[in-house]
Amino acid sequence: MKFTWFNLMPWPYLPDDFRQKHHSVWVDIPSTLYDPERGHDVYNTYLDQLEYAEALGFDGIGVNEHHANAYGLMPSPNIMAATLSRRTKRAALVVLGNSIALYNPPLRVAEEFAMLDVLSAGRLVAGFPVGTSMDTNYCYGTVPALTREKYAEAHELIMRAWAADEPFAFNGRYTKLRYVNCWPKPIQKPHPPIFIPGGGSIETYDFCIENDYTYSYLSFTGYLRAKKLMDGYWERVDKAGVDDSPYRAGFAQTICVGETDAEAEKLYAEHVSYFYNRCLHVYPGFADAPGYRTIKTLQAQVLSQLTRQSLENLGSLSWKDLTEGGHVIAGSPATVRDRMKELIKGLRVGNIFCLIHIGNMPDAKTRHSTKLFAEQVMPHLRNEWPEHASDDRFWIHPVQKQAAAKGRVPAEAV
Amino acid sequence: MEAKLIDVAEGRARVRTYVGGNGQTMLYLHGAGGLMQDDPLLKALMSKYRVYAPLLPGYEDSEGADRLRDMLDFALFGFDLMEALGLEKPILVGHSMGGMIAAEMAALAPKQIDRLALIASAGLWLDAYPIPDIFAKLPFELPALLFHDVDFGTKLMTQGVNMDDMEFLNDFMIMNAKRLGTAGKLLFPIPDRGLTDRLYRVRAKTLLIWGDDDKLIPAVYGEAFKRQIKGAELVVIPKAGHLVGHEQPEAVLKALARLG
Repeated sequence: MKFTWFNLMPWPYLPDDFRQKHHSVWVDIPSTLYDPERGHDVYNTYLDQLEYAEALGFDGIGVNEHHANAYGLMPSPNIMAATLSRRTKRAALVVLGNSIALYNPPLRVAEEFAMLDVLSAGRLVAGFPVGTSMDTNYCYGTVPALTREKYAEAHELIMRAWAADEPFAFNGRYTKLRYVNCWPKPIQKPHPPIFIPGGGSIETYDFCIENDYTYSYLSFTGYLRAKKLMDGYWERVDKAGVDDSPYRAGFAQTICVGETDAEAEKLYAEHVSYFYNRCLHVYPGFADAPGYRTIKTLQAQVLSQLTRQSLENLGSLSWKDLTEGGHVIAGSPATVRDRMKELIKGLRVGNIFCLIHIGNMPDAKTRHSTKLFAEQVMPHLRNEWPEHASDDRFWIHPVQKQAAAKGRVPAEAV
Repeated sequence: MEAKLIDVAEGRARVRTYVGGNGQTMLYLHGAGGLMQDDPLLKALMSKYRVYAPLLPGYEDSEGADRLRDMLDFALFGFDLMEALGLEKPILVGHSMGGMIAAEMAALAPKQIDRLALIASAGLWLDAYPIPDIFAKLPFELPALLFHDVDFGTKLMTQGVNMDDMEFLNDFMIMNAKRLGTAGKLLFPIPDRGLTDRLYRVRAKTLLIWGDDDKLIPAVYGEAFKRQIKGAELVVIPKAGHLVGHEQPEAVLKALARLG
């Protein structure tokens, strides 16, 4: 099993009446709710936590990309990964990922990911999300119905740029470059492991299977609700006739560990509530720009959230709702172990993206939960897939050499 | 009124086209919402003109949206439609997004388009009057944006069904995703594809028709078009919103007579 400690980097100071007073946590949230000086402490606390997770033995530390989003303060995850590359030595840097359709030219992603792979001596996991409609369409202006075509072209350009030994011409519909010449190149050959976040479309299943990319389901609704979607993925794997290594899949899960079940609720309930009831307050009109999803995917959507009534009656999810519904796996180390086993076997996943910092959780509690997970849960889950223990196709291949970060650059080198 | 599927662009697209009425030939290009059932404007136009109203790919059962990506594709598609329908110098009428395409056609080929009517047309952007984002609206929010008489507009859009009805919502969201998927190629995220740089080329006799209570593309946009198209005339119709032709079809018909 590979465990990645993930931080979404939420803004922890949204007011109590945020949902009543504000339209959405994402896209048009007033930036007056953000305070850059507090932001300085928030960023550094979160980065310290990611480094702490490496020290406790997590396999990876993870960051991602969002725009104009109060629960995800990383417009550029690459900047975060760059700071982590200098202060960590072992963990994979899981950048999940860069919305490749948004970069102009997308060659920028090939270059920056190569930089990160070189800086970290081959520890990069490269994520290529299509991106949510909120980020890709509303915040970054990509035409919804052209998003997927643009994504596919960007992917082709990046992979060719990494593979090519000579400059080449790329005549795409969205990007035309006379000289594609990626300097630097990644350390990992033929390329860093690639993770694709998906939300259940067959096209994305097949894209991952064909390319040996890891399919990552990043949901906040937990493992019980994910079963149907992941079953759909494994059926597709089976149909394609490829091996069913659990490392072909990953899942994001919110996790809270206390000394006892009661302590978990006492310590974490308010922060879980902050996240699920405040941070996830997204105006449904931003969820899905017309043309972004395929019609087939649309037919499966939940329509009740599009009514006037649902906008006016904001329900709220309790600790009981969230833990029983599997949104959150919480409790004593023993409880969390049992439920994690259910998750791992139920979804058949070799990668877990652990969401342990949640909402406005303070640093001490985050570290407490992280430490309990690392020391009393993770060791018991390490060997859930013994028959696939030697499968290293989907994980990083760092080089031995890890240059130490020195205090200052030697004068003669400047 | 007759509805037929025609091949366009040498079979690259199939387009549902409504044809009806007698009189001078008119090509009508619809807005982002498409045509309504018993479309009141279409009915009025067909009372005086021979009207051809094609539905762009992505609307109802028209096919071929994949190859339409940008403004030039759509403007040329307009000429492909004329070719497929056998139309020579029709009166070219466009509503909202259809107006944007019609204006672009008239700028692209000024000798082929000699009479032009732009109804509450998209295509320009004035920083002082930002056009609301129709791509981020929920169904129940639309009537207030599109109509002067919101109750009338709600009934027209839903044919009397409750907007929070799940079956209505399901059909609406799927159709809306297809329609606005196409429309987004011209209108998302800002409905401006550089038309203002090309309007000087328009030679057509041009009529601009606006509702005085248009909350989506307010009538100041009519004035902006008037400033940029030589000799254009602006008619502002009272008690009408963005769907001016649906709220005041007779007044629109009367205004169109000015084109001769």
